[in-house]
Amino acid sequence: MSGADDEPLRVEKLNVYYGQFRAVHDIDLTVAAGEIVSVIGANGAGKTSFLKAIMQQADRAEGSIHAFGLNLRTMSTPQIVAAGVALVPEGRRLFPSLTVAENLRIGWEIGRRGSITLDRIYSWFPVLAERRDQPARRLSGGQQQMVALGRALLANPRLLLCDEISLGLAPVVVGQLYDILPKIRAEGISMIVIEQDVVRSLAVADRFYCFLEGAVSLVGRPQDANRDVIMRHYFGG
Amino acid sequence: MTIDMLNQAIQGALIGGLYALFAVGLSLSLGVIRFINIAHGDLIVLASFLLMSLSGLLGLSPFVVALFMLPLAFAAGYWLQRLLLQRVVGESVLPVILVTFGLSIMIQNGLLQAYGPDTHKLHGGQIEVASVHMFGLFDIGFFPLAVFFTAIVVIAALDILLYRTSIGARIRAVADDPAAADLIGLSSGRMYAIAMGVVGMTVMLAASCMSVWTNFDPAIGPSRLLTAFEAVVLGGLGSLWGTLVGGMVLGIAQNLGAQMDASWQILAQHLIFLLVLVLRPRGLFPKA
Ligand SMILES: Nc1ncnc2c1ncn2[C@@H]1O[C@H](COP(=O)(O)OP(=O)(O)O)[C@@H](O)[C@H]1O
Ligand SMILES: [Mg+2]
Repeated sequence: MSGADDEPLRVEKLNVYYGQFRAVHDIDLTVAAGEIVSVIGANGAGKTSFLKAIMQQADRAEGSIHAFGLNLRTMSTPQIVAAGVALVPEGRRLFPSLTVAENLRIGWEIGRRGSITLDRIYSWFPVLAERRDQPARRLSGGQQQMVALGRALLANPRLLLCDEISLGLAPVVVGQLYDILPKIRAEGISMIVIEQDVVRSLAVADRFYCFLEGAVSLVGRPQDANRDVIMRHYFGG
Repeated sequence: MTIDMLNQAIQGALIGGLYALFAVGLSLSLGVIRFINIAHGDLIVLASFLLMSLSGLLGLSPFVVALFMLPLAFAAGYWLQRLLLQRVVGESVLPVILVTFGLSIMIQNGLLQAYGPDTHKLHGGQIEVASVHMFGLFDIGFFPLAVFFTAIVVIAALDILLYRTSIGARIRAVADDPAAADLIGLSSGRMYAIAMGVVGMTVMLAASCMSVWTNFDPAIGPSRLLTAFEAVVLGGLGSLWGTLVGGMVLGIAQNLGAQMDASWQILAQHLIFLLVLVLRPRGLFPKA
């Protein structure tokens, strides 16, 4: 199966290796159009490696990855972004010496043309408009995360991959970031949201996958899931 | 300070323009791609020989030929990066040094085969003998002034390219964090290649000025590299205007050293370099 043209993501039998070590183990995962899929899992469960493999940035991967009917395994990262898949990387990874505006504009230049413009990002995150000419390194962690999210959104993706956007941020700031997710969904953008924070992540998701030691340990809908069951599949044992 | 010394200092400062032209390309590759191109001086010599052949063949001034060659110089730098240097960028500095050292030796021997060991100098025409009488005190050659002016224009253009254009922002982004750039779909390899293309253009311009200003032979590249490297380090890594000042300091030191004793010329250059390095290890205009 290669996935239909309107299916944002279909991953089958994905394995990711670092040398001899297998960090991702036969993962099958799909995202339906308009869906927010949460991936939860402890530190080291393979979540980041999974996203890197989608972006063709893993050292070595096996398996099949299709987005919107395209075989991502045969494409370069710039081609994947141009086709409408954008990543908010773990740890934000802004360009520290570039200004806020320059960081954001890079997202626009490498992406697809679409309805998300610089002005819209500034209206969603007014504090970025105030600080647009400051180097990114001078922003607070929360503001940097807004820039990282804005940079990915400006590529006008059809599928957005978010890797631990709440990591290391105060709860208030995390709340501000998560308030944006409905607006993103309203643009028709499908999402994978990766978090270690299970409660936060399940609250926004249509479906979730729990990763344990590189493999999928549980799949389900947040409303159907029992907390104890999730915890057992999160920590193993 | 005597009038004569002042005159020598001014002439030396103008030589700094030539050194800066050599060095801006090195400064760019150090600042952006973070690698030391040992073959930088040899590439300038290679371009000088090309200019010699072409201006001889076409009967045109080397400056005119150099301008026409700029697109080709860009392409040469771009593909040198893509096909060769990109393979060793990143991991550690040693592979880069080995590969560019090998390139340096290949260029020197290739030129020796093609042109022989003789020393050459190109003719720039009237511009070489014209001079300007300044402050009623001394004559300044028109050509050194023009080279200095060219250096200012080149550095200003690079400054605009890097800090005022979107391609410049992307080049700086890759300089900041190449892995992050690759992760979000901004190909660091492509941006490096574009930066190296720009370096190629500065090499061509430097070659046109150098080949008219001084003698050159196939083996002179490394000594050019040394001076360029000193100018870059003196000015502060990554600072283009600092590179110009660094070149001027070296030129002034050479000329004032030569005033004291002819054998002091090069020694003074290196002594000033070491002195500044001791006092300001990060150069005169370190980047934050
Ligand atoms: N560059 C790397 N080299 C070697 N091992 C790695 C590398 N990156 C991650 N790993 C290992 O792969 C496993 C999964 O890591 P990762 O995908 O970062 O997990 P998560 O994002 O869920 O915390 C971990 O055991 C980690 O130590
Ligand atoms: Mg991770």
